[in-house]
Amino acid sequence: MIEARNLTKTFRDKKRGEIRAADDISFRVASGQIYGLLGANGAGKTTTLRLFATLLKPTSGSANVAGYDVTREPEKVRAHVGFLAASTALYGRLTAREMITYFGKLNGLAAAAIKARIQQLADELDMHEFLDRRCDKFSTGMKQKTSIARTLVHDPEVMIFDEPTLGLDVMTARVIVKFVRDCKARGKTVIYSTHVMSEVDKLCDVVGIIHDGRLLAEGTLPELRARFGESDMEEIFVRAVGGEVVT
Amino acid sequence: MNGNNIATVYLKELKDSLRDRRTLLSTIIIPTLVMPLLFFAFGSVMYKMDRQARAETPTVMILGGEDSPKTVAVLRQDARVRIVPTTADWKQRISDKKIRAAVEIPAGFDAGLAQGGAPAVTVYNYSGESRSRLGVEQAERILRELRESTVEARLGERGVPVALTRPFEIRRTNVAPPEKVGGNLIGGLIPYIIIMLCFTGAMYPAMDLTAGEKERGTMETLLCSPVARVDIVLGKFLMVLTASIATMVLSLVSMSATVVLGGSYFSAKVAVTRAGAAAAAAQTSSVIPVIDPLGVIGVFAMILPVAVFFAAVLFTVSLFAKSYKEAQSYVAPLILVVLLPAMIGMAPGIELNAKLALVPILNLSLVCKEMLSGVWHWHYIALIFGSTCVYAGAALALAVRMFNREDVIFRT
Repeated sequence: MIEARNLTKTFRDKKRGEIRAADDISFRVASGQIYGLLGANGAGKTTTLRLFATLLKPTSGSANVAGYDVTREPEKVRAHVGFLAASTALYGRLTAREMITYFGKLNGLAAAAIKARIQQLADELDMHEFLDRRCDKFSTGMKQKTSIARTLVHDPEVMIFDEPTLGLDVMTARVIVKFVRDCKARGKTVIYSTHVMSEVDKLCDVVGIIHDGRLLAEGTLPELRARFGESDMEEIFVRAVGGEVVT
Repeated sequence: MNGNNIATVYLKELKDSLRDRRTLLSTIIIPTLVMPLLFFAFGSVMYKMDRQARAETPTVMILGGEDSPKTVAVLRQDARVRIVPTTADWKQRISDKKIRAAVEIPAGFDAGLAQGGAPAVTVYNYSGESRSRLGVEQAERILRELRESTVEARLGERGVPVALTRPFEIRRTNVAPPEKVGGNLIGGLIPYIIIMLCFTGAMYPAMDLTAGEKERGTMETLLCSPVARVDIVLGKFLMVLTASIATMVLSLVSMSATVVLGGSYFSAKVAVTRAGAAAAAAQTSSVIPVIDPLGVIGVFAMILPVAVFFAAVLFTVSLFAKSYKEAQSYVAPLILVVLLPAMIGMAPGIELNAKLALVPILNLSLVCKEMLSGVWHWHYIALIFGSTCVYAGAALALAVRMFNREDVIFRT
């Protein structure tokens, strides 16, 4: 379960002054639900998700992730969250097995438990062939699978995906999409940010449209379609952010 | 703070660094191999040149002297120079390094000598050329000996004792114990080298574990783990410290091995060519200055808080950088900041006092010089150790604080 209450994050920038990267954001994601955070580049998606993953501290407001408060118990939150982003890379000089083992240890798992978990994840993700090779020699697909295994090693109940398909080819992106669906099937709480409209269509139960740090519209796909009188996700998005964005 | 987590982070960084060619090169391979290689390369070139120059008898040309057969004969018979036939282009030949020197004997020199007054002999050389200098030295030595024997002969004729021309002798005797001599000779150099090694050893891992990780995108991955930030900092910091100490120990071991083995190797070679085992023994002991071994242990104890200080400062500075390259541009000027006080400590005449004992790096450089010469000023040692520990603690606290700052960790 994820619940954000008036979550706000401001940054200071020498040239532009104060930037409200997340502005009074409130929403709730139930277990077994996929919440899609839809927004253009720089809309505040990454900042919002980093607040949930406790990589950043909120300026004001609060959020509860998996039953823990992000400000008061950030370490407990991280222990129950799997965070996967285009920017979370692998240690190139470690093998896939070492990488997953390292994060298992950091999550406080025992050696035997990690070993069993790696076996299980490697079966599920079909990783056996490259498990003992170094990550820097991996193809993008292998890297993604290893990253997925890394986020899953401690079996978190909340999964946070920050544009996980960014820069991936169709086949690799499909692996991710399938994996997100699996998470939902296992009853995990999933929050998924993207600027790709078609992914929202395919995956998300509830969609939040974010622009300039503010959550402008929220609802299930049928609700949004009814509200904006459009069936195409892209059209819905453009209407929600207030017309064509001229850049 | 959790010891298990710190150990997990540390062990992973250790494994990672041992697989990194850049870190391996800078912390293990270069400090171990460079010194012996430099020493042997430099040593054998010097040795070869020296032997060549010595083996070759300098060629000298005699100008004039047709009416002074006695003087010419003295020069001709001496094995220390080889007399070559006189040619008109002697000046050109010296310039072309075909001959080393020329000796001009003026007309009527022998006759003048017999009468008690003779004009000057001129020796021509090519100034600044080392082999010409050797030739001139030999020619002048022969002429000086001729002059002295002439003086002695004249004094003998007149029944005057030789001692009359040399009323007293001057002798110089050393009262400093050998380790004091060694301490002063290289006591300034050793702390300087140790400080530099300590710093450069920490440099690459510090940049790689902070800015390098940000650049490769693994920092964010690591921050997603439930481990407390302070544990990550300490685990990484311990790795940087390990590299710093490893570099220092490896290079010092390699350096002393080189000096001991290389010193005896070269002096053995010199002994073979020069003959005389005693000379070889004297050579060896002069190559390796005697140092107080307790002083070496003291230096290591004093350097530890400095290593902590360096590791923490380098960690903090490189943490601020976005990329490895940016970190390098921050760290490079720091080398000068460290180099300067270390060099001042090497200068003669600067002695430890209470004020200097609080200046980081310089205080270490000065106290190490003293300890290596067997001088132990305990109150200074305590003051320096204490103040350096305070600096190190402050730097480490700063590193933890910076790691907790979002604008530093996520600086883009």
